Amino acid sequence: MTRYLRYLVPLAIFIVLVAFLYRGLSLDPKRVPSPLVGKPMPEFSLPRLQDAAATISDTDLKGKVSVLNIWATWCVSCRAEHEVLLLLAKSGKADIYGLNYKDERDKAQQWLVQLGNPYVANAFDADGRTGIDWGVYGAPETFIMDQQGIIRHKHIGPLSVDALNNEILPLIAELQSTP
Amino acid sequence: MIKKLVSVLALCLLLGAGTTHAGVTLEAFKFDSKAEEQHFKDLIEELRCLVCQNQSLLDSDAELAHDLRAEVYDMIQAGKSDEEIVTFLVERYGDFVLYNPPVKPSTWLIWFGPFVLLLIAAFLLLRAVRRQKNTPTHVITPEERARLDAILGSTPPEQDKQE
Repeated sequence: MTRYLRYLVPLAIFIVLVAFLYRGLSLDPKRVPSPLVGKPMPEFSLPRLQDAAATISDTDLKGKVSVLNIWATWCVSCRAEHEVLLLLAKSGKADIYGLNYKDERDKAQQWLVQLGNPYVANAFDADGRTGIDWGVYGAPETFIMDQQGIIRHKHIGPLSVDALNNEILPLIAELQSTP
Repeated sequence: MIKKLVSVLALCLLLGAGTTHAGVTLEAFKFDSKAEEQHFKDLIEELRCLVCQNQSLLDSDAELAHDLRAEVYDMIQAGKSDEEIVTFLVERYGDFVLYNPPVKPSTWLIWFGPFVLLLIAAFLLLRAVRRQKNTPTHVITPEERARLDAILGSTPPEQDKQE
């Protein structure tokens, strides 16, 4: 037995090492899990993108399953994601709100005219303070809240059609069915 | 191969030396004293920037790092303690912002893992040394000595004679 051990132990260590390294290949260090998932959404009150005189706050998102998408016109992958948001809006499964993050108002308004507007409403976060409260560290990011306003999911990076069909829509359906 | 390795290492060192304190020009924060400024720097050096993940808030030039520095500065000015400031950031960004992660079950491996490995290595070393001691030394018989001399040449080497 001990004769084999000197070969088996290094082999076992090697296999464990390979398993860890292999797992590492599919981990993205840019995706930092948010401590906010499972907690009530942070409070905020901001001017609306389309109407600076009107405000929008976290209470607007409560009482229904809602989606909050953090975006900006300077964010390249937000443009790639936009079509997926339009698809989600078209499905009518949940209201999509936008947090226009550290952007310029006229550019953002123009963007919505040009690319289409999937949002029910947009909050205009010029200095990014609300973004910090939501733990935003790079746009685009997407949060999904249940009817009580508890954050249930955070998607980091652009939404893909795949993610929409396999993660977002099933979760929304699940949250809709549990009041 | 070795040459390549050496040049890669040298490059790493160079790059490392460059980033440690290439230091971004910090925003013009106003401090009442040098000590306060140092306190601010010490605090943000322990906090990780989430955008360029291998840099601290002190080193990073990312947009978010600028914003978070301003946030930390404001909190210090408002009289918040270091603990309150760190909690504020951890609540939003998770333990990931800490370069000095707290000791808790999910971090036991990184905190204690190296010591466990050290213990295992010490144990194996001790065992190997002990085993070597216990192996009986082989005493050469006259026949073997004769054969050895024949192989090495009939006369022993010079050095041996002198000794």
